[in-house]
Amino acid sequence: MADIVLDKVSKRFPDGTTAVRGVDLEIADGEFVILVGPSGCGKSTTLNMIAGLEDISSGELRIAGQRVNDKAPRDRDIAMVFQSYALYPNMTVRENMAFPLRLAKLDKESIHQKVEEAAKVLELTPLLDRKPANLSGGQRQRVAMGRAIVRQPKAFLMDEPLSNLDAKLRVQMRTVVSRLQKQLGTTTVYVTHDQTEAMTLGDRVVIMRGGAVQQVGPPQELYDHPRNLFVAGFIGSPSMNFLHAAVEDGHLRTALGDVPIGDRVRRQLDGADAPRELILGIRPEHFEDAALIDDETRRRGLEFDAPVDIVESMGSDKYVYFTVEGERASAAELEELAADAGAADFTGTGSSLVTRLSAESPVREGESRRVWFNLEKIHLFDPSTGRNLTLHEGRASGALAD
Amino acid sequence: MAVETTTRAKVRWGLLDVIVVVFALVPVLWIASLSFKTPATLTDGKFWPREWTLDNYRTIFDTDQFVRALVNSIGIALIATLIAVVLGAMAAYAISRLDFPGKKLLVGVSLLIAMFPQVSLVSPLFEIERQLGLFDTWPGLILPYITFALPLAIYTLSAFFKQIPWDLEKAAKMDGATQGQAFRRVIAPLAAPGLFTTAILVFIFCWNDFLFAITLTSTERARTVPVALSFFTGESQFEDPTGAICAAAVVITIPIILFVLFFQRRIVSGLTSGAVKG
Repeated sequence: MADIVLDKVSKRFPDGTTAVRGVDLEIADGEFVILVGPSGCGKSTTLNMIAGLEDISSGELRIAGQRVNDKAPRDRDIAMVFQSYALYPNMTVRENMAFPLRLAKLDKESIHQKVEEAAKVLELTPLLDRKPANLSGGQRQRVAMGRAIVRQPKAFLMDEPLSNLDAKLRVQMRTVVSRLQKQLGTTTVYVTHDQTEAMTLGDRVVIMRGGAVQQVGPPQELYDHPRNLFVAGFIGSPSMNFLHAAVEDGHLRTALGDVPIGDRVRRQLDGADAPRELILGIRPEHFEDAALIDDETRRRGLEFDAPVDIVESMGSDKYVYFTVEGERASAAELEELAADAGAADFTGTGSSLVTRLSAESPVREGESRRVWFNLEKIHLFDPSTGRNLTLHEGRASGALAD
Repeated sequence: MAVETTTRAKVRWGLLDVIVVVFALVPVLWIASLSFKTPATLTDGKFWPREWTLDNYRTIFDTDQFVRALVNSIGIALIATLIAVVLGAMAAYAISRLDFPGKKLLVGVSLLIAMFPQVSLVSPLFEIERQLGLFDTWPGLILPYITFALPLAIYTLSAFFKQIPWDLEKAAKMDGATQGQAFRRVIAPLAAPGLFTTAILVFIFCWNDFLFAITLTSTERARTVPVALSFFTGESQFEDPTGAICAAAVVITIPIILFVLFFQRRIVSGLTSGAVKG
């Protein structure tokens, strides 16, 4: 049980690349923190530095108040679960789990007891005498977890522990991990590239990009109040829609029509070096079929007509894809996100808009539909810096705020 | 690969296999057959001995010469194999895991040693060993054997080490192992098939060497079997030692077969399966 503090921790490789730059992070005792970001963002390197498997180039790492920069992994008293599970194939499940205890020179009796205990928690008892080769993926994953919890370390580090499991099992194991962490109350740092895991598991989420921390906060806060374009695009599934918006005397010209802006945003746009082009971001659930909303709600938003491309009925609601004409939003962050999703080369004409409408909506593919969207939930981003202009004291306030 | 083997194809391949096996084994069987023939029937050209005799075997084991050489051979080959495999394992581990300055040079030089024609080194080695007092001693043969076996050992072993997921070593370190413990308790057991394969290859190399053995030895102190064979003579100069040589050839094949059979059982494939999601 311990807190972990990263104080301006950086990692530079001998070939000159900087994998992690100046990460400041305080992880409280017992907290469950998720490091998330696209591949190559430095999240795994950060975890390896906490583990002691990578040297820290500069900055300080403290575990339980003690500087551990120069300590070997074995002297840091932390356990790690690897993406590949890394079970010792020549040992049985029992021997695998006992391995850290045997290295710690515990006596046979207490090793036996601790292994049995951990096996019971993870429901591994009937498998104890099997070799890893005879286990399923989910069972191997549990053995890897068992090996980590068996010696009650100060902290757990998990490097994408669920990414090798199939989708159904992953959801199931997610709850196992979550329950286990709450039960043991051990400080946990968890690396993933899956934003769903990040949203569902952690007390706090750290979003990284290019080796730097973008935003740290509870999942809901990151979702509602993204500090920049990258965070906004990364969190959420389906992800936020981004549209090009040109600033023209007092309003924004977008593919969805002219969007009025309030005083607060206007003040930011008055400066001499203020951007003339913005990126408008809006989440799928902030659209609604215009026929289904009352007048009171209608006043808070705008309506537009667009041809319906595809309707995906999810039962509880409908994902409706529209094509809107006009310039595509472009920014380095967006390209990076598209590349990470593997959709960089997937470009249609015009912009595609994802909306999440009520299940009652009678929308059909091929027709043109009138759709309403909520102006209070709009985010505006500066394309050059990625900064969220609608964020005020950490809270997003929409385009209209005064 | 879904191959539908027709009966005709089976017969064709079977015939081909039989031809290859016969081609490879006939000389061996011929030697064995010669070793059981009496001197009178030695040159009768019959594959099956008309008169069986064990005299040839008695002859070679009666001469102190052969028994001494056998002891030398076994001792020298075993020691050289052990040292070459241990050193090779350490070097191969470093090469496959670390990125140290001069790594390419080291690998290149070791390859160079393996390629260097041994015959051109024999005279300088002879001089050096005489000066150092290593001539006609066990170490005098063990040292060159290690030198020439090491590149082979390093190459084979680093291929095996590269197959072992690095995550296992990291996991061992996280579990509280020192570098040494991680190697001994996790990596080495997994590299066992590689170690045994290398041991077999190195042992065969040492066992079969003739060139170094004949140049760097002069008496029974360190003379190995292949050399001793060439010194076989009959009881008088008119007597043909062919039968004895054949018997000795059969005898020295046996340790190698035993050695290979013994270690082959330990070369089980798929030892790392289940370590990581493959």
